[in-house]
Amino acid sequence: MSEILPYWAVFLHGLGVTVVVTILGGVVAVATAFAAGLAQLSTHRLFRWPAYTFVEVFRGTSMLVQMFWFFFALPFFGFQLTPMTAAVLAVGLNEGAYAAEIVRGSIASRPRGQDEACTALGMGRALRLRRVLIPQAIPSMLPPFGNVMIDLLKATSLVSLVTVGELTFQAQTVRNTTAQTTAVFVTLLVLYFVMASALALLTKWLERRFALDRPSGPRRRGAMRLVKVGVDA
Amino acid sequence: MPQLADSPDPATRTSAADSASAPDRSKPMITFENVSKSWGDNEVLKTLTFEVMPGEKVSIIGPSGSGKTTILRILMTLESPDSGVVTVNGKTLWDVKPGTKPRETKEMKAARRDVGMVFQQFNLFPHMTALENIMEAPVKVLKMDKEAARARATELLEMVGLSKHMGHRPPKLSGGQQQRVAIARALAMRPKVMLFDEPTSALDPELIGEVLGVIRELAHSTDMTMLMVTHEMRFAEEISDRVTMFDHGRVVERGAPHEIFKNPKEERTRQFLKAVLEH
Amino acid sequence: MIWDQAFALSIIPKLLQGLRVTVEITLLGFAIAAVLGLAVAIVRRIRVPVVARLFDFYVLFIRGTPLLVQAYTAFFVLPDLGIRFSALTTGIVIMGVNYSAYCAEVYRAGIEDVPPGQWEAATALSLPGTTTWGRVVLPQAVRSVVPVLGNYLVQMFKDSAVLSAITVFELLNAAQSIGSSNFRYLEPLTLAGLLFFLVSFPASYLFRTLERRLAPAR
Repeated sequence: MSEILPYWAVFLHGLGVTVVVTILGGVVAVATAFAAGLAQLSTHRLFRWPAYTFVEVFRGTSMLVQMFWFFFALPFFGFQLTPMTAAVLAVGLNEGAYAAEIVRGSIASRPRGQDEACTALGMGRALRLRRVLIPQAIPSMLPPFGNVMIDLLKATSLVSLVTVGELTFQAQTVRNTTAQTTAVFVTLLVLYFVMASALALLTKWLERRFALDRPSGPRRRGAMRLVKVGVDA
Repeated sequence: MPQLADSPDPATRTSAADSASAPDRSKPMITFENVSKSWGDNEVLKTLTFEVMPGEKVSIIGPSGSGKTTILRILMTLESPDSGVVTVNGKTLWDVKPGTKPRETKEMKAARRDVGMVFQQFNLFPHMTALENIMEAPVKVLKMDKEAARARATELLEMVGLSKHMGHRPPKLSGGQQQRVAIARALAMRPKVMLFDEPTSALDPELIGEVLGVIRELAHSTDMTMLMVTHEMRFAEEISDRVTMFDHGRVVERGAPHEIFKNPKEERTRQFLKAVLEH
Repeated sequence: MIWDQAFALSIIPKLLQGLRVTVEITLLGFAIAAVLGLAVAIVRRIRVPVVARLFDFYVLFIRGTPLLVQAYTAFFVLPDLGIRFSALTTGIVIMGVNYSAYCAEVYRAGIEDVPPGQWEAATALSLPGTTTWGRVVLPQAVRSVVPVLGNYLVQMFKDSAVLSAITVFELLNAAQSIGSSNFRYLEPLTLAGLLFFLVSFPASYLFRTLERRLAPAR
């Protein structure tokens, strides 16, 4: 164990990259989830079908295959992505495809009364979505998204296979240098476990705060006030 | 519906094995001694003491939350008392000193065999047919030969009027039919004591009669000890030897049916009966 | 024309070989996961002293660490301990162990969904523990979670690609090796992705439909 201690900086560097990839991947995932989730709720087939196809294709193929494809196959179309870009794209799009169901489900399960109130007030679809439905749906989305973040964290280990220098990659480096196989991998497992547990605690907190069956969420400005006027929500 | 008294009644048919534990008429079948039970701050049973003699049919009435169901559940070892002693057919079911944790003992298991229960929600095994539901315990617990168990189950189904449905699974049966199968299932184990926990409360009104009919037959043609928690006051009056009024974990009043229903001594009993019988 | 159709067609047999290995890993691995997961779930539920707590941690730890790192650990550390499995065996075992943790949680939900009345009826009939579990609870619990288990089976099929990192010759590895020896990655990787999709999409659709059809019964 003590033989690998001098390499703490290498681990730290890898940890930093892991965090970066997780966050960037998370941003891509959330954006993708909203785009695909909302598109599936659209009344136009033009939006629904591409979204549906995207979600099924990305869910139906392996994340690693997607990552390798972005890194090795895309160049044949003229796009040379950096390892980091290919990695973040693959992780984010894949997780986003799974998370699209969270967005779609949360919004679709809002009580009918909201839809009807908006129609009665003369609000168009876009406005209704933006100011009424989505803000109300977000609290119930947070706990499942917490789980998505944990999945993202674990997925970042795969990006080591396209030469991104995150934690697993650096651990391999240390292992190759010191030949302390057991110590390195035990440390690696523990580090991931600690991070995942931290995220899990955060998710549990989110669940307690924002679970669907709680009648009162946090008080929010703007859209919530709009809804409370003249509607028995 | 074939009368339970016409055919030899499996519930009390005595055999060599049975006479060893045939009830001694002079000793109580069930005893509760200073039994207490609390759920948090709520004292559900307060140093309850009572006896039930062999062959007695006792109805327990009272408002929800009064502890009536808890009595049955403790007898069936579904719940444990916080303190007190409970015996069934001379064997100790529970003996809990205050502050100690109740444990399952060999004697408890033996005592439990003498008790059968019919639940408000029937609790039939949905993935087995009516016949299989009734056969399961005799085969697995009494180590009965499968064919013998099948014959007995068929007989019991006939007695509750459901021979046509022996191959049906619970989802295909009405509530009344399910409850009758549940009664047959409990009887298959030849209990000395039968507990009925609001057996008709979960039934559509028009199905209540067929279940009460089976219970009535049991009450009239067997000398099984029966303890029933029910809201069916007229039925309780008809078949009981004794009625007990329960409230807030204590016995409010007990006596013969006509005494309790026609001339209750306690104000609480009067209040309760007035409210219940008014609709 | 970027796509080389002739090349694509020529590599299909090799890819199909890789697919065979992938399917083998999935079926064997899931068999391990399903059985091991059930054992873990039962032990946790009846709270066997010491072992239950251990299994609690086991589930948490496996679900909280990446599959790739677990695979590396098994592949590189086990030989040091004197255990020499082939890469394929290591891969199958690690998939089985990893997914047993998820299956254990699925079984747990299934067992918790069995109405308390079923347990009470079993007590009222003095059914012994083995009968209660084997004839009353588990048949109901397992039946209700088959669609969810099915989804995990499909997921394992896709996750098996990770084993390419420990030199298992499954589908992704086949595609990568074709790519690196011919300097053309487009066709092998695209076809590999297509093969993954052609198997997992119908299977996943089937299990999702099953899940939705069984859900209203709850």
